[in-house]
Amino acid sequence: MGTPAAQGSKTANQPPILELQHITKRFPGVVANDDVSLDFRPGEIHAILGENGAGKTTLMNIIYGLYHPDEGQVFMEGRPLNLEGPHAAIAHGIGMVHQHFMLIPVLTVAENIVLGSEPPGFRFDIRRAAAEVKKISEAYHLEIDPWAKVGDLTVGLQQRVEILKAFYRRARVLILDEPTAVLTPSEIEDLFQIMARLKADGIAIAFISHKLDEVMQVADRITIMRRGRVVRTLLPTETNPQELANLMVGREVVLQVKKSPYRPGPVLVDVQNLVVADEHNYPRVNGVSFQIRRGEILGLAGVDGNGQRELIEAIVGLRPVRSGKVLFAGRDITGLSPRQVSRAGISYIPQDRQGDGLVLNFTVAENLILKDYNGPQIARRGRIDFRRVRERAQRLVGQYGVAPPNPSLLAGNLSGGNQQKVILAREMGLAPEFLIAAQPTRGLDVGAIEYIHKRLLELRDQGKAILLFSLELEEILSLSDEIAVIYKGQIMDIVPGDKATREGLGLLMLGARKSA
Amino acid sequence: MSGLLAIFGNMQLWASTLSLSVPLVLPALGGTFSERTGVVNIAMEGIMLIGAFFAVFFSSLTMNPWVGLLGAVVAGGIMAVIFAWAAIRLRSDQVIIGMAVNIFASGLTAYLLNTIFGFGGTPVNTPMLPHLNWPWLGRIPVLGPLLNDQSILVYITLLLVVAGHFFLFHTRLGLRMRAVGENPEAADTAGINVYRIRYLGVLISGFLSALAGAYLSIGVLNSFEVDMTNGRGYIALAAMIFGRWTPFGSFGAALLFGFASALSMPLQSSVAAKNLVQMLPYVVTILALIGVGGKSVAPAADGVPYEAEK
Repeated sequence: MGTPAAQGSKTANQPPILELQHITKRFPGVVANDDVSLDFRPGEIHAILGENGAGKTTLMNIIYGLYHPDEGQVFMEGRPLNLEGPHAAIAHGIGMVHQHFMLIPVLTVAENIVLGSEPPGFRFDIRRAAAEVKKISEAYHLEIDPWAKVGDLTVGLQQRVEILKAFYRRARVLILDEPTAVLTPSEIEDLFQIMARLKADGIAIAFISHKLDEVMQVADRITIMRRGRVVRTLLPTETNPQELANLMVGREVVLQVKKSPYRPGPVLVDVQNLVVADEHNYPRVNGVSFQIRRGEILGLAGVDGNGQRELIEAIVGLRPVRSGKVLFAGRDITGLSPRQVSRAGISYIPQDRQGDGLVLNFTVAENLILKDYNGPQIARRGRIDFRRVRERAQRLVGQYGVAPPNPSLLAGNLSGGNQQKVILAREMGLAPEFLIAAQPTRGLDVGAIEYIHKRLLELRDQGKAILLFSLELEEILSLSDEIAVIYKGQIMDIVPGDKATREGLGLLMLGARKSA
Repeated sequence: MSGLLAIFGNMQLWASTLSLSVPLVLPALGGTFSERTGVVNIAMEGIMLIGAFFAVFFSSLTMNPWVGLLGAVVAGGIMAVIFAWAAIRLRSDQVIIGMAVNIFASGLTAYLLNTIFGFGGTPVNTPMLPHLNWPWLGRIPVLGPLLNDQSILVYITLLLVVAGHFFLFHTRLGLRMRAVGENPEAADTAGINVYRIRYLGVLISGFLSALAGAYLSIGVLNSFEVDMTNGRGYIALAAMIFGRWTPFGSFGAALLFGFASALSMPLQSSVAAKNLVQMLPYVVTILALIGVGGKSVAPAADGVPYEAEK
């Protein structure tokens, strides 16, 4: 760890290959990039750090020709570029790996890589394409089977396909937009190795991220952006994560969660021997039991896919329970519908905020009434009272700091962090006794994570019960009063939060009993 | 039993299966191209009708069926471009625009039929496209009676199916078309012009639908009648889905529907419930669509308009 950064200095004096001068890009109502000037040098990893919505992705889309700047100019090796589309950027040696992969799952690796720049001829020479892909993958040490179907690959390998796509087009500048967001820890290590090798080959890498430790680990130079502007450009040797976080957010940020002492109340939630199957009728939860007390956060730790999703969906009524019971405040709520569960006083933050948490084509105000649009606070004799909807939306948007503070925007137009705030506002607004939070901070930036953690702890201190499912062990460790480790649909152990260690939990997560 | 044997053993049944399939195969193949690029072309019904009318119009005007065929393809192409412009550039709802085209085509052709040809219908001396009759082909058992003495468009259709398969799966343009229908954004970032590819897909479906229309009016008949396509454009869409958006699959499914139509003819004379038998092709269509024979997966971006960033 940390070695790639050390090699950067020898190339730092080279002239820049790509330069941005005074780029400004406006969208209706927002200035996404405001007079941004940056450069990228061969053999250097230049990290662009900023919160969601700081304008990093917009800037990269300008470099890649997807957006046209309103002002300013992009230069490649000193010559001004007219980027009227991605094909122009590609032709000038700029490659981009988008945060959401631009791949076609039903096609093969080779087809995906050569698409748009296929070997010449009317006929598509798949064999030649595969051979060329093989050659490039060997040249860059990026092993891949050209004949595999992209939809069958792991996320890490799909990203590899994206990187190869850029080099097939002879990219000399590689933009990586939040490349680690979708990867597992070991895939992230692989990616960093790859980046170090590319750097040694003289590739200029733009590394977009909002994760402080990653940036500190791999970057040769760090540029921090906030609200569309460049705040500062620094070397990693002259800064630290705390300073970066403060610059990113624009104020003093608390990286360490402050938690009041654990004062457990009576048991509120009692899950007994729960068995739940997935959609293929395969049992995913095999006799899970746990209790959650008032004033307690129970962290559910585990490797993804060990039954967490099924367990949570069964509790909130989205999935049938095969056997076992869920008691809530002494009442059997097993098998109730999601609406009945919600009415009983249980709120739910789903892990897929765009798919399950929000209706992206609805406004923020409409999303805020999804759970009780027919309740007495909103509806009168079956009609929705839109005055009340607006009032609630104004109040909640202000209270939860949703930006921009405009309830009539479509939820789909908000950044991830603000989308999560809308869900949080809706679910907390129901005054729940029990909150289930599934990966509540996934993909969010420091500021938003800090905010959500604060809100969860507030709820706990008010004497409510919280079930927190997270794949981030750090998050589990810093918030939980008790930690339940799930493996293959069974609880391996439940350990007190203050006695748990990373290592102990890690072993339990892999199925080793009794060692925490 | 012997009655059934007489029906199924009769080569006439199989020959008419082929000839009845052609006006389904062509639009099904066309729909495959259109939907593979991401445009649901329900307007093929109307484009077929326009093709059918203009085939007769130009054929009778010039007394040359080939000019009729060309006129049909040009008229169908124009209609397809209008549809494509609304569906691709204006990003209108593809199904609604398609329905509008169909209603428009039905009204337009009925109006033109009456104003140009009057109430007597199209001229009885309108020349037809030739049927090919090779004595050597006729002498081959099974294949001979099946393939010989069919309209020239039957042979062209068979060639187009093979060419369509090659084009879609073995050319660069075909790869790009499939990519655009699956993930237009990915295609765009790979430097492909999504709009141009989609126009091409719709245009191909327009040409093929118009060809099917011409087959109906100057291939098997030499006249145009109001609404003579009779829903074949829609059945072709079903064939395309049943055929999993592939040229050979669409061809096979269209043959099945053609067989159902061909079968309903001899059955009508031997079975009492004549109306029930006439339902056969449509029953087969419904069975195919509700997924008998497995679930088929549409191109991921089928029917979704694409808007490039600015």
